[in-house]
Amino acid sequence: MELWFTERHTPNVKFSIKVDHQLYSGNSEFQRIDVFDSKEFGRFLTLDGYMMLTEKDEFIYHEMITHVPMAVHPNPKNILVIGAGDGGVVRELTRYPSVESIDLVEIDELVVEVCRKFLPTTACRFDDPRVHVYYEDGVKFIRRCEDQYDVIIVDSTDPFGPGEGLFTKEFYGSCFKALRDDGIMVNQHESPFYDEDAAAMQRSHKRIVESFPISKVYQAHIPTYPSGHWLFGFASKKYHPTNDYNGTKWSMLGIKTRYYNPRLHTGAFALPCYVEELLRDVE
Amino acid sequence: MADLSQTSAPIYEALRRFRRMRVVPFDVPGHKRGRGNMELTEFLGEDCMNVDVNSMKPLDNLCHPVSVIKDAEELAAEAFGAANAFFMVGGTTSAVQSMIMYACKEGDKIIMPRNVHRSAINALIITGAVPVYVNPDVNRKLGIALGMSVAQVEQAILDNPDAKAIMVNNPTYYGICSDLKRITELAHAHGMLVLVDEAHGTHFYFGDNFPVTAMAAGADCASVSMHKSGGSLTQSSFLLLGKAINADYMRQVINLTQTTSASYLLLSSLDISRKRLALGGREIFAQTVEMAEYARSEINEIGGYYAYSKELVNGDSIYDFDVSKLSIYTLPIGLAGIEVYDLLRDEYDIQIEFGDIGNVLAYISVGDRKRDIERLISALAEIKRRFGKSGADMLTQEYISPVIAETPRKAFYAEKRSLPLDEAAGEVCSEFVMCYPPGIPILAPGELITAEIIEYIKYAKEKGCQMTGTEDINIERLNVLDF
Repeated sequence: MELWFTERHTPNVKFSIKVDHQLYSGNSEFQRIDVFDSKEFGRFLTLDGYMMLTEKDEFIYHEMITHVPMAVHPNPKNILVIGAGDGGVVRELTRYPSVESIDLVEIDELVVEVCRKFLPTTACRFDDPRVHVYYEDGVKFIRRCEDQYDVIIVDSTDPFGPGEGLFTKEFYGSCFKALRDDGIMVNQHESPFYDEDAAAMQRSHKRIVESFPISKVYQAHIPTYPSGHWLFGFASKKYHPTNDYNGTKWSMLGIKTRYYNPRLHTGAFALPCYVEELLRDVE
Repeated sequence: MADLSQTSAPIYEALRRFRRMRVVPFDVPGHKRGRGNMELTEFLGEDCMNVDVNSMKPLDNLCHPVSVIKDAEELAAEAFGAANAFFMVGGTTSAVQSMIMYACKEGDKIIMPRNVHRSAINALIITGAVPVYVNPDVNRKLGIALGMSVAQVEQAILDNPDAKAIMVNNPTYYGICSDLKRITELAHAHGMLVLVDEAHGTHFYFGDNFPVTAMAAGADCASVSMHKSGGSLTQSSFLLLGKAINADYMRQVINLTQTTSASYLLLSSLDISRKRLALGGREIFAQTVEMAEYARSEINEIGGYYAYSKELVNGDSIYDFDVSKLSIYTLPIGLAGIEVYDLLRDEYDIQIEFGDIGNVLAYISVGDRKRDIERLISALAEIKRRFGKSGADMLTQEYISPVIAETPRKAFYAEKRSLPLDEAAGEVCSEFVMCYPPGIPILAPGELITAEIIEYIKYAKEKGCQMTGTEDINIERLNVLDF
């Protein structure tokens, strides 16, 4: 018997993983949630049929979305995470002793429940006393926040479906308002490769550029996402992601990583020409 | 009719049967189920083109319905509590015009509020009926025209005992209702017909706790925009009749101006939407109201904005309020409604129904998702944060009582000359000037142009209102009567 999970990356490109067995399938108010086990990638989570994470490559995504802003900000204490119900970002954040509180806003309670049960690799630090989980629409939660966070991490799904609102200008504007004067926002920024993803990436970049004085983009290689070439947005009120970066200071923290390191931090902001051009077009 | 119930949709079912018959078309439309126009078919979809067909025996004929359209109209009448219902394919505009053309001949008087939609005044041009305007009460703070006060209607009736009909706007675009029942009783006591422009009130017929419907209030005719809150396709509408109206004569009146090639896309959309509302309307509109109420409370919490509701009710000119409407007063944040309307679209990719000088209206329906409501609220909060200023120097006056110099018909067809806007004061206007939407005229044919009106037009233009109606597309000149 052969059982395959397939995701359409474009109308003409498919990506498949051979499934060993399915661990969970269910529908929440917002989406369909599935967890599979596979030989090659271990367990993996999909939402509405879209790949969210696999045990094999999640470290790349979670390290890159978390350590880049945490290493640039000199003293991050209050952190807001939007989305991220799988717990991966929280796992990385709890490794910083300086962090005083982590507010996690996830729209779908069932995602957290399912991840706690089936994906202990990522959903392992929800019980840290600094972590507060709110099950609410991120767009709504942040509307009431003002001048209170050092770092905001927007770990959204795609710009369609329940995560749609997290790619809008009103949301980025609310993030700006919610950050302190030297705050940083990092977001999942889609891929520059396939046309439709690139268009979404440009739309979201344009909106961030209009909302923050400093707006840069960095990249990582994530094998199970469309094209494997993935971007993150770094938006900031004060700190420049490489000029204001002190790699030695971060190394002194002794956080052991598998992907992120100070040399890679600087290198990740060096983008291919075609990506620079896509970004320039909307800046 | 015996085996028909609200679970049926006769036109829709006939179209499905017809599709299965695979009839070879040697009739119009010439696209022949889409095959003759592939680009259009790819765009709209084969299913859609397949049912864009002509009237024929199995599908009945809107001009003279004897089978499935007749059945569908009877079901619609039942669903709305009307004696008769007509499927309209020329928009609610054609419904409004038909009811006026039914009630009035040339020279007949009709009592109506001045803040009617242009379609009503157009009907006066067509019929030659003479309007007796009841100036609506105005909420000075919000700058919006309200409903008709009963005392003013009564005065108009006593002053014009020969009037043939009274027209009522219920609810207004902003959601404000008049005392329809009392007005209907008064009119009937004086032998006048009651015509209700219920374009914004389709949902009243199906939801709980909504203001009274025209049919329940005993009105004679009601024009209902099924395509607004009812969910049918744009341009499709119902004309509802009470018992006292001769339906066969009304059909002749409708056929004076209605197309003889009614679109089955529109007809089936009315049929399916009626079924949907009859079966599930309560639930649908309960959800709509819940979303509107939620948005209202969140928007009022932002501060500055005022999303108003039933607290405005005053027992007369605001006899009731339609809580499914999300009308928001914007002047306290220092922005005209039209500015907020433009910012929502240009900055936040959110299109709302309209913005006027002091207000915006977001149209809420069952098609909305909670997360989109959150976006709208956040965008309003962001507009206040980024663009808000002190609310001083904002023009609030919205409704200007017109001075009528000529009937709309005489003015429309009279000899005229064109004058620059600034030189037009004191002249009689021969055309419409209005912001669209909402399409309520600032000036109508036959009305005196005053300095105050010119100032208002200029201000609305400056703030970015989409002005329409004049022959001069830029509204720099007005056509006036050449005496």
